Amino acid sequence: MKAIINVYLKNGVLDPQGKATHHALDSMNFSKVEDVRIGKQIIMKLSNRDKEEAYKEVEKMCEELLANTVIEDYTIEIV
Amino acid sequence: MKVAVLRFPGTNCEFDTQYAFERLGYTTTLVWHKEDRLPKNTQLVVIPGGFSYGDYLRSGSIAQFSPIMKAVVKYANNGGKVLGICNGFQILTEIGLLEGALKRNNNLHFISKHQKLKVINNDNNFLRKCKKGEILNIPIAHADGNYYIDDKGLEELEANNQILLRYSDSSGNRVVVNGSVTSIAGICNKEKNVFGLMPHPERALEVILGSIDGIKMLQGFED
Repeated sequence: MKAIINVYLKNGVLDPQGKATHHALDSMNFSKVEDVRIGKQIIMKLSNRDKEEAYKEVEKMCEELLANTVIEDYTIEIV
Repeated sequence: MKVAVLRFPGTNCEFDTQYAFERLGYTTTLVWHKEDRLPKNTQLVVIPGGFSYGDYLRSGSIAQFSPIMKAVVKYANNGGKVLGICNGFQILTEIGLLEGALKRNNNLHFISKHQKLKVINNDNNFLRKCKKGEILNIPIAHADGNYYIDDKGLEELEANNQILLRYSDSSGNRVVVNGSVTSIAGICNKEKNVFGLMPHPERALEVILGSIDGIKMLQGFED
Protein backbone atom coordinates (compact mmCIF):
# COMPACT_ATOMS: atom_id res chain seq x y z
CA MET A 1 0.00 0.00 0.00
CA LYS A 2 0.94 3.64 -0.23
CA ALA A 3 0.91 6.58 2.14
CA ILE A 4 0.27 10.04 0.80
CA ILE A 5 1.35 12.66 3.28
CA ASN A 6 0.75 16.37 2.95
CA VAL A 7 2.77 18.74 5.11
CA TYR A 8 1.94 22.42 5.20
CA LEU A 9 2.39 25.43 7.48
CA LYS A 10 -0.22 25.75 10.21
CA ASN A 11 -3.02 28.24 9.90
CA GLY A 12 -1.82 31.45 11.46
CA VAL A 13 1.81 30.81 10.52
CA LEU A 14 2.63 33.11 7.62
CA ASP A 15 3.43 31.18 4.44
CA PRO A 16 5.77 33.45 2.44
CA GLN A 17 5.86 31.13 -0.59
CA GLY A 18 2.06 30.95 -0.71
CA LYS A 19 1.85 34.71 -0.36
CA ALA A 20 4.35 35.36 -3.17
CA THR A 21 2.53 32.91 -5.43
CA HIS A 22 -0.80 34.55 -4.59
CA HIS A 23 0.67 37.91 -5.64
CA ALA A 24 1.87 36.42 -8.92
CA LEU A 25 -1.55 34.92 -9.64
CA ASP A 26 -3.12 38.28 -8.83
CA SER A 27 -0.85 40.03 -11.31
CA MET A 28 -1.90 37.44 -13.92
CA ASN A 29 -5.52 38.56 -13.34
CA PHE A 30 -6.64 35.38 -11.56
CA SER A 31 -8.59 37.67 -9.30
CA LYS A 32 -10.76 35.06 -7.57
CA VAL A 33 -7.91 33.43 -5.67
CA GLU A 34 -8.48 34.19 -2.00
CA ASP A 35 -5.59 32.38 -0.39
CA VAL A 36 -2.65 30.21 -1.42
CA ARG A 37 -0.84 27.80 0.88
CA ILE A 38 2.17 25.85 -0.33
CA GLY A 39 3.22 22.61 1.28
CA LYS A 40 4.91 19.41 0.28
CA GLN A 41 3.65 15.97 -0.54
CA ILE A 42 5.51 12.84 0.47
CA ILE A 43 4.52 9.59 -1.21
CA MET A 44 5.66 6.42 0.46
CA LYS A 45 5.44 2.81 -0.63
CA LEU A 46 4.79 0.53 2.32
CA SER A 47 4.96 -3.22 2.83
CA ASN A 48 2.37 -3.09 5.57
CA ARG A 49 -0.70 -5.30 5.20
CA ASP A 50 -2.83 -3.60 7.80
CA LYS A 51 -4.10 -0.11 6.97
CA GLU A 52 -4.60 0.97 10.54
CA GLU A 53 -1.13 -0.16 11.57
CA ALA A 54 0.34 1.64 8.55
CA TYR A 55 -1.49 4.83 9.52
CA LYS A 56 -0.14 4.67 13.04
CA GLU A 57 3.42 4.17 11.84
CA VAL A 58 3.22 7.01 9.35
CA GLU A 59 1.72 9.22 12.03
CA LYS A 60 4.77 8.54 14.19
CA MET A 61 7.06 9.37 11.25
CA CYS A 62 5.25 12.68 10.82
CA GLU A 63 5.49 13.58 14.49
CA GLU A 64 9.19 12.68 14.70
CA LEU A 65 10.60 13.74 11.34
CA LEU A 66 8.37 14.50 8.38
CA ALA A 67 6.66 17.53 9.91
CA ASN A 68 7.93 20.10 12.39
CA THR A 69 4.81 20.36 14.51
CA VAL A 70 5.89 23.73 15.92
CA ILE A 71 5.02 25.28 12.55
CA GLU A 72 3.50 22.54 10.39
CA ASP A 73 0.36 20.41 10.19
CA TYR A 74 0.05 17.21 8.18
CA THR A 75 -2.55 14.92 6.69
CA ILE A 76 -2.11 11.22 5.99
CA GLU A 77 -3.94 9.15 3.44
CA ILE A 78 -3.34 5.40 3.19
CA VAL A 79 -4.30 3.92 -0.18
CA MET B 1 39.23 25.41 27.00
CA LYS B 2 38.34 22.44 24.80
CA VAL B 3 35.84 23.00 22.03
CA ALA B 4 34.26 20.23 19.96
CA VAL B 5 33.17 21.44 16.50
CA LEU B 6 30.67 19.08 14.87
CA ARG B 7 30.72 18.19 11.23
CA PHE B 8 27.82 16.77 9.22
CA PRO B 9 27.70 16.04 5.50
CA GLY B 10 27.02 19.52 4.09
CA THR B 11 28.48 21.51 6.98
CA ASN B 12 30.67 24.27 5.52
CA CYS B 13 31.63 26.60 8.37
CA GLU B 14 33.58 24.08 10.44
CA PHE B 15 37.03 25.35 9.45
CA ASP B 16 36.11 29.02 9.94
CA THR B 17 34.70 28.10 13.33
CA GLN B 18 37.81 26.15 14.25
CA TYR B 19 40.03 28.99 13.07
CA ALA B 20 38.06 31.51 15.11
CA PHE B 21 38.18 29.57 18.35
CA GLU B 22 41.85 28.63 17.91
CA ARG B 23 42.71 32.27 17.25
CA LEU B 24 41.11 33.17 20.55
CA GLY B 25 43.19 30.55 22.35
CA TYR B 26 40.77 27.66 22.57
CA THR B 27 41.73 24.08 21.66
CA THR B 28 39.39 22.61 19.05
CA THR B 29 38.58 19.15 17.72
CA LEU B 30 36.47 18.39 14.67
CA VAL B 31 33.94 15.68 15.42
CA TRP B 32 32.36 13.69 12.58
CA HIS B 33 28.62 13.18 12.96
CA LYS B 34 28.92 9.38 12.96
CA GLU B 35 30.80 9.45 16.25
CA ASP B 36 28.64 8.47 19.18
CA ARG B 37 30.60 10.32 21.84
CA LEU B 38 32.17 13.72 22.36
CA PRO B 39 35.92 14.04 23.01
CA LYS B 40 36.85 13.66 26.68
CA ASN B 41 36.68 16.86 28.73
CA THR B 42 34.79 18.81 26.05
CA GLN B 43 33.88 22.17 27.58
CA LEU B 44 31.86 23.54 24.70
CA VAL B 45 30.13 21.94 21.71
CA VAL B 46 29.72 24.10 18.62
CA ILE B 47 27.39 23.15 15.79
CA PRO B 48 28.64 25.29 12.91
CA GLY B 49 26.84 26.68 9.90
CA GLY B 50 26.30 25.13 6.51
CA PHE B 51 23.70 22.95 4.87
CA SER B 52 23.69 19.65 6.72
CA TYR B 53 22.12 16.97 4.51
CA GLY B 54 21.56 19.59 1.82
CA ASP B 55 18.75 21.17 3.88
CA TYR B 56 16.59 18.30 2.59
CA LEU B 57 13.09 18.05 4.08
CA ARG B 58 13.73 21.06 6.37
CA SER B 59 16.96 22.75 7.43
CA GLY B 60 18.46 20.78 10.30
CA SER B 61 15.75 18.13 10.32
CA ILE B 62 17.85 15.15 9.27
CA ALA B 63 21.03 16.04 11.17
CA GLN B 64 19.13 15.69 14.43
CA PHE B 65 19.22 11.90 13.92
CA SER B 66 22.99 11.63 13.46
CA PRO B 67 24.62 9.48 16.17
CA ILE B 68 26.61 12.39 17.65
CA MET B 69 23.42 14.30 18.43
CA LYS B 70 22.40 11.73 21.06
CA ALA B 71 25.65 12.49 22.84
CA VAL B 72 25.05 16.24 22.45
CA VAL B 73 21.55 16.02 23.96
CA LYS B 74 22.92 14.03 26.89
CA TYR B 75 25.76 16.54 27.28
CA ALA B 76 23.36 19.49 27.21
CA ASN B 77 20.95 17.86 29.64
CA ASN B 78 23.85 17.45 32.06
CA GLY B 79 24.50 21.19 31.88
CA GLY B 80 27.16 21.12 29.13
CA LYS B 81 27.43 24.24 26.97
CA VAL B 82 26.27 24.03 23.36
CA LEU B 83 26.39 26.79 20.73
CA GLY B 84 24.57 26.48 17.40
CA ILE B 85 25.41 28.97 14.66
CA CYS B 86 23.07 29.33 11.67
CA ASN B 87 22.45 25.72 10.54
CA GLY B 88 23.52 24.76 14.07
CA PHE B 89 20.68 26.89 15.45
CA GLN B 90 18.27 25.16 13.06
CA ILE B 91 19.47 21.73 14.24
CA LEU B 92 19.06 22.74 17.90
CA THR B 93 15.44 23.82 17.35
CA GLU B 94 14.66 20.69 15.32
CA ILE B 95 15.98 18.42 18.06
CA GLY B 96 14.14 20.40 20.72
CA LEU B 97 17.10 21.71 22.73
CA LEU B 98 15.88 25.19 21.83
CA GLU B 99 12.29 26.33 21.46
CA GLY B 100 10.60 27.57 18.29
CA ALA B 101 11.46 26.91 14.66
CA LEU B 102 13.25 28.61 11.75
CA LYS B 103 11.15 29.19 8.65
CA ARG B 104 11.99 30.39 5.15
CA ASN B 105 12.85 34.13 5.12
CA ASN B 106 9.78 36.26 4.51
CA ASN B 107 11.17 37.67 1.25
CA LEU B 108 12.21 34.14 0.11
CA HIS B 109 15.76 35.38 -0.54
CA PHE B 110 19.03 34.05 0.71
CA ILE B 111 20.23 37.05 2.74
CA SER B 112 23.98 37.55 3.02
CA LYS B 113 25.27 40.81 4.52
CA HIS B 114 26.60 42.50 7.63
CA GLN B 115 23.78 43.15 10.06
CA LYS B 116 23.50 45.19 13.25
CA LEU B 117 22.33 43.26 16.28
CA LYS B 118 21.21 44.52 19.65
CA VAL B 119 22.26 42.61 22.77
CA ILE B 120 19.03 41.93 24.65
CA ASN B 121 20.29 39.84 27.56
CA ASN B 122 23.83 39.26 28.75
CA ASP B 123 23.22 37.33 31.96
CA ASN B 124 24.52 34.18 30.31
CA ASN B 125 27.81 32.51 29.41
CA PHE B 126 27.73 33.52 25.78
CA LEU B 127 27.14 37.27 25.83
CA ARG B 128 28.53 38.11 29.27
CA LYS B 129 31.36 40.15 27.71
CA CYS B 130 28.86 42.30 25.79
CA LYS B 131 26.84 45.10 27.35
CA LYS B 132 23.07 44.99 27.48
CA GLY B 133 21.76 47.20 24.67
CA GLU B 134 25.13 47.16 22.88
CA ILE B 135 24.97 47.15 19.07
CA LEU B 136 27.10 44.53 17.33
CA ASN B 137 27.90 44.23 13.66
CA ILE B 138 27.91 40.57 12.58
CA PRO B 139 27.45 38.91 9.18
CA ILE B 140 24.31 36.91 8.45
CA ALA B 141 23.96 34.39 5.60
CA HIS B 142 20.79 32.31 5.53
CA ALA B 143 17.59 31.45 3.70
CA ASP B 144 15.79 29.90 6.67
CA GLY B 145 16.32 32.34 9.51
CA ASN B 146 12.77 33.47 10.09
CA TYR B 147 12.35 32.60 13.76
CA TYR B 148 8.87 31.51 14.78
CA ILE B 149 7.44 30.88 18.21
CA ASP B 150 3.84 31.19 19.39
CA ASP B 151 2.74 34.05 21.67
CA LYS B 152 2.90 31.97 24.81
CA GLY B 153 6.39 30.75 23.97
CA LEU B 154 7.51 34.30 23.27
CA GLU B 155 6.24 35.46 26.66
CA GLU B 156 8.28 32.74 28.32
CA LEU B 157 11.42 33.64 26.38
CA GLU B 158 10.99 37.25 27.49
CA ALA B 159 10.24 36.37 31.11
CA ASN B 160 13.30 34.11 31.42
CA ASN B 161 15.75 36.47 29.65
CA GLN B 162 16.20 33.88 26.90
CA ILE B 163 16.29 36.35 24.02
CA LEU B 164 19.96 36.99 23.27
CA LEU B 165 19.94 39.21 20.18
CA ARG B 166 17.55 41.10 17.92
CA TYR B 167 18.13 42.50 14.43
CA SER B 168 18.36 46.26 14.80
CA ASP B 169 19.56 49.48 13.21
CA SER B 170 22.57 51.34 14.57
CA SER B 171 20.39 53.14 17.13
CA GLY B 172 19.01 49.88 18.47
CA ASN B 173 15.54 50.03 16.87
CA ARG B 174 14.23 46.67 15.72
CA VAL B 175 14.39 46.07 11.99
CA VAL B 176 12.69 43.40 9.89
CA VAL B 177 15.41 41.35 8.23
CA ASN B 178 13.85 37.96 7.58
CA GLY B 179 10.45 38.11 9.28
CA SER B 180 11.53 36.71 12.67
CA VAL B 181 9.05 37.13 15.51
CA THR B 182 9.98 40.45 17.19
CA SER B 183 13.19 40.45 15.09
CA ILE B 184 14.78 37.69 17.18
CA ALA B 185 18.26 36.68 15.93
CA GLY B 186 19.34 34.40 18.77
CA ILE B 187 18.01 32.71 21.89
CA CYS B 188 19.11 30.38 24.66
CA ASN B 189 17.33 27.71 26.67
CA LYS B 190 15.86 28.33 30.10
CA GLU B 191 18.89 26.84 31.84
CA LYS B 192 21.18 29.13 29.79
CA ASN B 193 23.58 26.46 28.62
CA VAL B 194 22.29 25.99 25.04
CA PHE B 195 22.64 28.95 22.65
CA GLY B 196 21.48 29.42 19.08
CA LEU B 197 21.82 32.33 16.67
CA MET B 198 21.54 32.91 12.93
CA PRO B 199 24.42 35.45 12.63
CA HIS B 200 28.01 34.24 12.28
CA PRO B 201 30.30 35.59 15.03
CA GLU B 202 33.17 33.44 13.69
CA ARG B 203 33.17 35.63 10.59
CA ALA B 204 33.69 38.85 12.56
CA LEU B 205 37.18 38.62 14.06
CA GLU B 206 39.25 40.77 11.75
CA VAL B 207 39.09 44.46 10.86
CA ILE B 208 39.89 43.67 7.26
CA LEU B 209 36.72 41.56 7.08
CA GLY B 210 34.53 44.39 8.32
CA SER B 211 34.02 43.76 12.02
CA ILE B 212 35.69 42.39 15.13
CA ASP B 213 32.51 42.21 17.20
CA GLY B 214 32.52 38.41 17.07
CA ILE B 215 35.56 38.30 19.36
CA LYS B 216 33.78 39.36 22.54
CA MET B 217 30.93 37.00 21.76
CA LEU B 218 33.15 33.94 21.45
CA GLN B 219 35.31 35.07 24.38
CA GLY B 220 32.27 34.72 26.60
CA PHE B 221 32.96 31.00 26.81
CA GLU B 222 36.44 31.48 28.30
CA ASP B 223 37.09 29.93 31.69
